[in-house]
Amino acid sequence: MKDKKVQKKKDSSRRDFLKLGVLAGGAVVSGVGLSAIAGNPGSTGEKVKVMTTDGKLAEVDSGMLHSCGSCSSHVSNEEARKGIPGRKFVMVIDLSRCKNARKCISACQNMHYLPKDKEWITVKLMQESEETAPYWMPKTCYHCDEPPCTKVCPVGATFKRDDGIVLVDNERCIGCKFCMNACPYGARIFNWEKPKGIPQEILDRPYNIESGAPQIFGTVGKCDFCPDMTRKGMLPDCVTACPNGVYFFGDLNEDTVTNGSETFRFSELIRDKAGYRFHEDLGTQPSVYYLPPVDRNFPVESGFKGLSDEEKAKYKVTDD
Amino acid sequence: MEIDNKTKEVLKEFSPQIENFNRRFKILSAILIAIMLFALYAFYRQEKEGHIITGMRDNVVWGLYIANFVFFIGISYAGALISGILHLLKVEWRKPIIRIAEFITVIATIIGPLYILLCMGRLDRLFNLVLYGRIQSPIIWDVIAITTYIIGSFLFLYLAMIRDLAILRDTPGLKIGKFRRWSYKFLAIGYQGTKEQDKQLEESITIMSAIIIPIAVIVHSVLAWIFGMTLRPGWHSTIFAPYFVIAAIFSGTGVLIMAMWFYRKMFHLEKYITKKHFDYLGMLLLIMAAIYGYFTFSEYLTDWYTSETWNARVLKKMFDLHQYGWWFYFSVLVGNLLPIIVIGIKKLRTINNVALVSAIAVLALWVKRYLIIVPTLETPLLPAQDTRMEWVHYSPTWVEWALTMGGVAFFIFAFMMLSKYVPIVPVSLVSKPVEKTEEVEVKPTVETV
Repeated sequence: MKDKKVQKKKDSSRRDFLKLGVLAGGAVVSGVGLSAIAGNPGSTGEKVKVMTTDGKLAEVDSGMLHSCGSCSSHVSNEEARKGIPGRKFVMVIDLSRCKNARKCISACQNMHYLPKDKEWITVKLMQESEETAPYWMPKTCYHCDEPPCTKVCPVGATFKRDDGIVLVDNERCIGCKFCMNACPYGARIFNWEKPKGIPQEILDRPYNIESGAPQIFGTVGKCDFCPDMTRKGMLPDCVTACPNGVYFFGDLNEDTVTNGSETFRFSELIRDKAGYRFHEDLGTQPSVYYLPPVDRNFPVESGFKGLSDEEKAKYKVTDD
Repeated sequence: MEIDNKTKEVLKEFSPQIENFNRRFKILSAILIAIMLFALYAFYRQEKEGHIITGMRDNVVWGLYIANFVFFIGISYAGALISGILHLLKVEWRKPIIRIAEFITVIATIIGPLYILLCMGRLDRLFNLVLYGRIQSPIIWDVIAITTYIIGSFLFLYLAMIRDLAILRDTPGLKIGKFRRWSYKFLAIGYQGTKEQDKQLEESITIMSAIIIPIAVIVHSVLAWIFGMTLRPGWHSTIFAPYFVIAAIFSGTGVLIMAMWFYRKMFHLEKYITKKHFDYLGMLLLIMAAIYGYFTFSEYLTDWYTSETWNARVLKKMFDLHQYGWWFYFSVLVGNLLPIIVIGIKKLRTINNVALVSAIAVLALWVKRYLIIVPTLETPLLPAQDTRMEWVHYSPTWVEWALTMGGVAFFIFAFMMLSKYVPIVPVSLVSKPVEKTEEVEVKPTVETV
């Protein structure tokens, strides 16, 4: 796959991605989504009142509305298992920009209709040793090229697609949790109970592998790189929701990544900013790259500002 | 089938055991059934409400259930390996104890896999294992190995029981129900004790005992690989398969000695199960304790010496008295050294002492299984943050304890029921004269120059 890096159509696709970035939805609102990123999406001047999933009324520009990704995806199971032809998705997370704003987490929860206590993305406060500097590190599923999780699945409920995405078929999963133990990064989350706080209307929808919604009780879920969005040429919701442009998403074949407002040549970005992958020694070949936390935009303490008590408590947990 | 006088005599001795359901038996059964019913209720709650009512959470996704699973498959080694090997070697003293050993095997191999099922989020999709099974997954290796093992150990037990079933069928005057008499007739599959039948049966048993040994080794190796094949400290160890196999023989021997002690007391089998049995099996326990201790030492020494960060974090929890320290030292020091000391010193090697240290060793091995699973899962690679305390720190809930007790109750109950059905000591074997072992006669060769 990597050998087949297609260099053509770079420019046009870059423009595509730019366009997508501003269109992609943050909070999904009963059949429509709205862009959460700042910028100037085809503003119409016309304001529309919408209700968010947590029941709040919001006034948005009608230009920000677009049709919901997850509810109109009509991809057969077979296609969803194969992936999007010719693509090889990659993510770059710029650690110098993250201040634990946690918008990626809530956007992801909205996008996938996850209960509030289920996070497919977590933000760790990393500090390798006493003498080294702490920094915030968002952690998604790494969509490894040598995924230890899909290897051990007894029923092929989790699988690696040709476009690099590792997905879970919640309708096939038997809930043995072996993949959760196989994944060294703890990227996988189990649906321990029947979903709470999710509208019945969502739960009644037919399950869709690519949207990962609705999540099914007793099975395993995880970050899925939003394949229903990418299939439509849109960016995953964590990317568009991030106010600080931490997440870059793109296609390795096109050698391009974008966070919605900035676009880079992937290889140049990794070269110039000394990008790396987390724990290369494990041999899992992640599809997620990190840019080191140098010349940071925010002091690390600012990550604690604006956190609720509950969220603060989550950083006091230790495994000791 | 003609039953000779010796057999009749022996059977007479055992018939009260299978005929009478005394008060003690009934009370014990009632207690065990109550525990099992409570476990069933716990199971119902778990299926209804989901695994949220267990102590398992993200991070520690396996807990007590998997520890029990490994434990029960471990003790099933009693019949499979011990009785298999003793049969192949035609060891005379095995005769009174092989049925106990094979009962342990069959019952434990049934209970063990039930715990895997309890750990599954979607039991209703069990059939997916057949529909979509992937041979690349160690779980499928386990499914194949364990089903083979269950069938194999059933056959092994059954073949060894046929003679006794035929004796029971042809013994008039036993105070048993009509159905039970019919079942003896049915299960004895027309065995009449003719020379040809006898030869066939003997050959089948020998073949089965030869087959069951490698199967047993494979089952526990595959089970160890479920852990060994993951990128986890404390699991990802090349030593795991043989380590698990030795642990299994160790615990299997321990449970066998415990069962022998109970039956000896309860059924007054002093004539059949003698000090010699406790001495010999005690020696086996000692050897296994020594090998297991060696493996344990080797495993933890290498991890501790290099102290690679992730490994070291798990080890710290094991050694720390505020965390798993007491359990760890109990399992590796007390559970390992005590059997060696007590059995090793002749003065201390009494029947009661051997049974006692066996019980301690078995308990220690159960604790060790728990320590293999939980501390590793409580130590994620990434710092435990942006998470919840109960996700990282596991403590089993009443549901898991109820189902654990249910498994133990089922084990004892099944044992009681089976030993009511056929005599716990193989009547046909102990009434037979000493087997002729094929001894090779070494003729002195006279060399003539």
